[in-house]
Amino acid sequence: MMRFLLLFSRQGKLRLQKWFTPMAEREKKKIIRDMTTMVLARQPRSCNFLHWKDLKVIYKRYASLYFCLAVDNQENELLALEVIHRYVELLDKYFGNVCELDIIFNFEKAYFILDEFLMGGEIQETSKQMVNRSIEASDMLQEDDNSDWYEVELFG
Amino acid sequence: MLAHFRKLVPQLVRILKNLIMSGYSPEHDVSGISDPFLQVRILRLLRILGKSDDDSSEAMNDILAQVATNTETSKNVGNAILYETVLTIMDIKSESGLRVLAINILGRFLLNNDKNIRYVALTSLLKTVQTDHNAVQRHRSTIVDCLKDLDVSIKRRAMELSFALVNGNNIRGMMKELLYFLDSCDPEFKADCASGVFLAAEKYAPSKRWHIDTIMRVLTTAGSYVRDDSVPNLIQLITNSVEMHAYTVQRLYKALLDDISQQPLVQVASWCIGEYGDLLVSGQCEEEEPIQVTEDEVLDVLEGLLVSNLSTPVTRGYSLTAIMKLSTRFSSVNRIKKVVSIYGSSIDVELQQRAVEYNALFKKYDHMRPALLERMPIMEKSATNGPTEIVQTNGETEPSVVEPKHPPLVTQPANQANDLLVLLGGNDVPVIQTTMPTKPASAGGELLELLGDLSLSGGPAPAPAPSVPTSQPSFLLDGLSSQPLFNDIATAAIPPMTAYNKNGLKIDFTFERANPNPNIAVITIHASNSTEADMTDFVFQAAVPKTFQLQLLSPSSNVVPALNQGTVTQVIRVLNPQKQQLRMRIKLTYTLKGSPVQDLAEVNNFPPQSWQ
Repeated sequence: MMRFLLLFSRQGKLRLQKWFTPMAEREKKKIIRDMTTMVLARQPRSCNFLHWKDLKVIYKRYASLYFCLAVDNQENELLALEVIHRYVELLDKYFGNVCELDIIFNFEKAYFILDEFLMGGEIQETSKQMVNRSIEASDMLQEDDNSDWYEVELFG
Repeated sequence: MLAHFRKLVPQLVRILKNLIMSGYSPEHDVSGISDPFLQVRILRLLRILGKSDDDSSEAMNDILAQVATNTETSKNVGNAILYETVLTIMDIKSESGLRVLAINILGRFLLNNDKNIRYVALTSLLKTVQTDHNAVQRHRSTIVDCLKDLDVSIKRRAMELSFALVNGNNIRGMMKELLYFLDSCDPEFKADCASGVFLAAEKYAPSKRWHIDTIMRVLTTAGSYVRDDSVPNLIQLITNSVEMHAYTVQRLYKALLDDISQQPLVQVASWCIGEYGDLLVSGQCEEEEPIQVTEDEVLDVLEGLLVSNLSTPVTRGYSLTAIMKLSTRFSSVNRIKKVVSIYGSSIDVELQQRAVEYNALFKKYDHMRPALLERMPIMEKSATNGPTEIVQTNGETEPSVVEPKHPPLVTQPANQANDLLVLLGGNDVPVIQTTMPTKPASAGGELLELLGDLSLSGGPAPAPAPSVPTSQPSFLLDGLSSQPLFNDIATAAIPPMTAYNKNGLKIDFTFERANPNPNIAVITIHASNSTEADMTDFVFQAAVPKTFQLQLLSPSSNVVPALNQGTVTQVIRVLNPQKQQLRMRIKLTYTLKGSPVQDLAEVNNFPPQSWQ
C-alpha cells in the first residue's frame, strides 16, 4: 500500500501532496521536511530507492520536479517507479507537454487525475484511456455549467 | 480463510496467461507489456496463496516459468514483473529448477547497468542466501564486484551479502577482497566491515598464521573503528595459538614502531609484548626474519606509550602492566622499578593504583612476583556474552597471604546466598518457572508429565568433596581489574558437555557458577543445526527432579539456522541446595522443512563439578 505522494521542486517548494492514511498536521509537516531534505541531498547518479523509518521511499526526477512516493516495506520498488511514470504520462496526455507551471496553475486538475488513478493507497484504474475519459467528462460538466450562467446573465 | 481463496488459483493462472499471450491492447499497454500493474498484482496474490500449500504451488509452476522466461527485460517494466516473479518463486513451495531459474534472474539483474535493478537484486539475494546458499554462491564474483560500486546503498548491501556468502572454501579470496574494501570504504562502513571480518575469520580461518595476519591487517587499516570487545577476543585468540607467539609479537612490535595512534592495535600489542617479550628479544622466529631488538628498545617503546598524548587511559594501563610483566622476563629490573615507582604518584587513579600495587610487589611480595607474573594459561571461551566476573587465574593463587586484606568481601557473598535461598522458598516443591515466549499454561502441563516419570530418588549422595576453589580471586590483583586487565574470561573450569545430538540437532551445555550462591549452576544451552534447512519454532523445555529448582530464561531466538550457521542460546539456572547429582529431562520441539518434530531425552552425563 502506498502511504503518501509528494511533488516538490528543486528548491524544495511543495507542489502537490497526497496522503493515503490519516495523519496529524504536524506529522505531515515533519514528513515533508524530512523527505525534501533526504531526496534533495541525493547524488545525481545514485539509485532511486531510500529507506525511511519502516517505509521505502521511491523518488524520480522529471525536469525540475521530484516525485516522491512512499510505500510499505513489502511493495515492489520497480513497480512503484512505473506508477510514478504512469501518473506523469496521464498528466502529459491531459495538459499536453506538461511542465511545472501547468501543475502550479491547475493543481486541482492534477489532484483529480491522481484520484482517478490511485485510491486508498492502491492503483484504481490501469487503463490510461479510462482515466482520460473520466477527466474529460468532468471537464465537460464544468463547461456546461459555465454556459448556463452566461445565459442567465444575458436575460438579466 | 485462505483455503477459500485457494480455489481461485486456477482462474488466476488463466487470467495471467491471457494477459501474457493476448495481443496488443493500447490502453493498458506499457512499453509492450500489457497491464503490468495487474500482472504484478496477480503474482502477489499467487504468492500469498501458494505460500505453504503444495497443490497451489504446483498449479502455479508452469505460469511462473513462462512469465520468467518470456518477459522482456529491456525496460524497467519487464524487470518489475520479473522481480515480483522471483519473489513469488522464492516464497512458495516451488521445485528446485524454478528456484535456480529465479536465482539466475537475480544474477542477471546484478550485471545490469541500472543501479536500481542491482540494488533490488542484492536485497533479494540477501533474503534468499539463507535458504539457497549454493545457488547464490555462483554469483559470488559479481557480488564482490559490486563492492566497488559508487553508490552507498549498493556497497552496503554487497558487503552484507559477501559476509553471508563466506565459507570455508572461498575464505582466502573473499577475505582479500573484503580487506581491500575495508581499506577504501567510508568510515560508516568500517566498523561493520571490521566486525564482519573478525567473525568470518574466526569461523573459517584456514590456518592460525593466516588468521593472525588477517587480524593484524584489520587492526592496522581500520584500527580505530574496531569494536571494543574485539580486543579481548583477539588476545584470547593469540594465547590459544601457542606456536605463533614469537611471530605474533614480532609483527605487533613492528606495527607499534610505525604507528601508535590506533588504540585497539596498541592495546593488543602492548599486552603481547608484556606476555611474550622474552621471545621478542631472543630473536627466535621461524615464520619470518627475526628482528634484533634489545630489552631497552622494548622498554623505550612501552614507556613511550605511557607518556604519549595519543594513548587513552586504558592503553596506559595496558602498557604499565606490560612493563611490569617484563620484570620477570627481562633482566633490566631496575629500570622497570623506576618506571613503576614514578607512576605511583600519577594523577590518573587507575595508573596510580596499579603502580602502587606493583611497587608493593617489588618490595614486600617479591617472592610471589615470578608466580604472579608468569605466562597466561590458555583461556577457554566463556559461554555468556554479558559482563562476566573477571577472575585472575594466573599461576597459583595465594589465599592465605591475601585474604586478611579483604575480609569484608568474603563475608558478603555468604549473606547474599542466604537471601537468595529465602527468596526461592523451600526446595521441596518442583517449581519450574519458564519465561519462554510460548504459552506457559500448556508448557507447564507437559512439564509436569515429564516430571511424573522422573524418579525422585536422585543419584547416590556424593561424598563430601572439598569445595573447589573455583572463584577464589587473588584479591591483590582483583582490585586492579576495573577494566579487563588480563582479559580473562571467567570459567570455573567445568567442562562443557553435549547433551543431545540427533537428527542434525546438537545441544551443548556450558556451565558456570553463579556467584555469590555456589548452589546455583548456570547452564547455557547452545543449539546448532547441521541439516540443510532451518529449524523454526524451536522450543526447548526442561524438567528436573523435585529436589532441584529450575528457571528457564528466554531463548535468543526461535530459529536455528541451517548448516551450523548460528546457534540458539538459552540460559537455565538450576538451584541444587542438597548437592545431589544433577539430572534433567529435556523436550525439544521444532519445525523442520514444514513438518513438526518432537523429541524427549534424558540428560545424565553432567560433569561432577557442576553439582558438587
